[in-house]
Amino acid sequence: MNKFTLALLLTAALATSACTRPDRFGAGAGGAGMDPNGGPLTAGAGVGQAGLGGANDPSSPAYFNQAIGDRVLFSVDQSTISPEAQTVLDGQAQWLLTNADYQAVIEGHADEQGTREYNLALGERRANAVREYLVSRGVPSARLRTVSYGKERPIAVCSDASCYTQNRRAVTVIAAGSLS
Amino acid sequence: MLTRVFAILSAAALAVPMALAPAAPALAQDGGPLRITITDGVIEPLPFALPSFFDGGGAGQYASDITQVVAEDLTGTGLFRRIGSESFISTPSGFGGQVSYADWRAINAQALITGSVAVNGNQLTVSFRLYDVFAGGELGEGLQFSGTTDGWRRMGHKVADAVYSRITGEGGYFDSRVVFVAESGPKDDRARRIGIMDYDGANVQYLTDSSSLVLAPRFSPTGDRVLYTSYAGGTAGVRMLNVAAPAGQAVPTAPGEMAFTPRFSQNGSQVIYSVASGGNTDLYRTDLATGSHSQLTNAPSIETSPSFSPDGSQIVFESDRSGQQQLYIMSASGGEARRISFGDGRYGSPVWSPRGDLIAFTKQNAGRFHIGVMRTDGSEERLLTSSFLDESPTWAPNGRVLMFTRETQGAQGGPSLYSVDVSGRNLQRVPTDGFASDASWGPLQQ
Repeated sequence: MNKFTLALLLTAALATSACTRPDRFGAGAGGAGMDPNGGPLTAGAGVGQAGLGGANDPSSPAYFNQAIGDRVLFSVDQSTISPEAQTVLDGQAQWLLTNADYQAVIEGHADEQGTREYNLALGERRANAVREYLVSRGVPSARLRTVSYGKERPIAVCSDASCYTQNRRAVTVIAAGSLS
Repeated sequence: MLTRVFAILSAAALAVPMALAPAAPALAQDGGPLRITITDGVIEPLPFALPSFFDGGGAGQYASDITQVVAEDLTGTGLFRRIGSESFISTPSGFGGQVSYADWRAINAQALITGSVAVNGNQLTVSFRLYDVFAGGELGEGLQFSGTTDGWRRMGHKVADAVYSRITGEGGYFDSRVVFVAESGPKDDRARRIGIMDYDGANVQYLTDSSSLVLAPRFSPTGDRVLYTSYAGGTAGVRMLNVAAPAGQAVPTAPGEMAFTPRFSQNGSQVIYSVASGGNTDLYRTDLATGSHSQLTNAPSIETSPSFSPDGSQIVFESDRSGQQQLYIMSASGGEARRISFGDGRYGSPVWSPRGDLIAFTKQNAGRFHIGVMRTDGSEERLLTSSFLDESPTWAPNGRVLMFTRETQGAQGGPSLYSVDVSGRNLQRVPTDGFASDASWGPLQQ
């Protein structure tokens, strides 16, 4: 499975989940998904929302998610931005500078190999590391918000390193409008 | 004696209809030979006889149902073994009648519990007596509890608490409740709501719906309120609800990106919690009456999972200031902290025992998770469990038993609640309908 297909599948999974329970991604929910009927998600209080657009359109959130990459991964119990992650975040920063109407919510996550409360703090540390990197590349901090889900929102459900690697992530969720 | 006691009890029951009023003080007389010291290496459970309680009038099914609760409470500790009624040589002719000690000695019953249940309208009265068979006399006085029929399980728990307490010399813990997170749905889209149940998993009620992610509820010292972490505001925030009228409300917290891990102070008037901001998590305290807050730690590391000492003077918490999670103790007003955990691995989610003597914690080492206890100076560390993922211990009100979350691995894996006694014996799953996590064990009910 190539990266592109994986990203598409993930986006679909996110959209479905978000419809099951509107709070699934908190205030960031509106940015990433479409409901199964094809319409945009309903925005809750303070929720930014953005049409995904086509992945071929470089100014679209779909392009951001799939061509640039909406997420970076971390080592165990670390929040250091790896050289590989820097490349992704450089692309994210460039996109956010070019598309100045969009805001972003950075979601920090941890794998299940840790205690619940510590992982909430660790997720915030990771989200913040991404925010600081984007700010260092010129993105105004007012356009960025962080939220941590600790280990409560795994994207991969197995209990071995292949899944833990995917779950130790920070996901940049694009939203239009102002952040609450 | 019992007649006089009855009169006193009725008055009490009328004055406080929902309360379970003990008729007489639990006067534990000299224990004599009938004694279990829990810290000893108890291997053989103490055999006891518990004939089904008598119907003292209109009791119907309640008599045998309450007897069953008493039996399950006592045997569930691993300290007692019930002798089957088929072994009985004789049975008492009625509640409070002559006891044929020789017949009970012959089947090696160390203790005999007899009881009587009466129902009048929705009022339920339970009386019991505890006999030390080999000493040939009663252990403590007969006791009577009364309340409403819908609280019938509590009557059984009250009897069992009294028996447990007289024989072990420890406080009981059966008439207590637990708040927890009930989980359902697939691992990557789990719905969570806060539930409350009896310590044994009975009488489950839900205090929140699953529209927002909720985590880590904590009982107030009196068990009337619950603090928890909620994403209702789009990110983690501290909320509080009243058990009797569970509409959650936000608790004012120090500014930051998120606030979480709230716990009550011992008098219930203050909340300590973590605030994360700019990649740094510190501990704060809010006064519930005024809403004012103060900062307790100030370090560029993660400080979280606080727990007050029973006297309210100190706080144990976890910090990764040394490079990985370890346990620290500081004054309740903040300031210098001293590290108490020095073994291999990472230590988190510390909880101070209600007895003050021990701190329970989660330990991660060599790919395994453990629930453990150590003294407050960090000495005598003892690991009680080991599994793929054990975490979040909580103490029974008597400080002798811990409940914790055990999660099974894999895509179909999920959390359940387990209990284990402080010596590491008697590991048991707490029955819940679905997945359950993050228990907080409340006080013994009044």
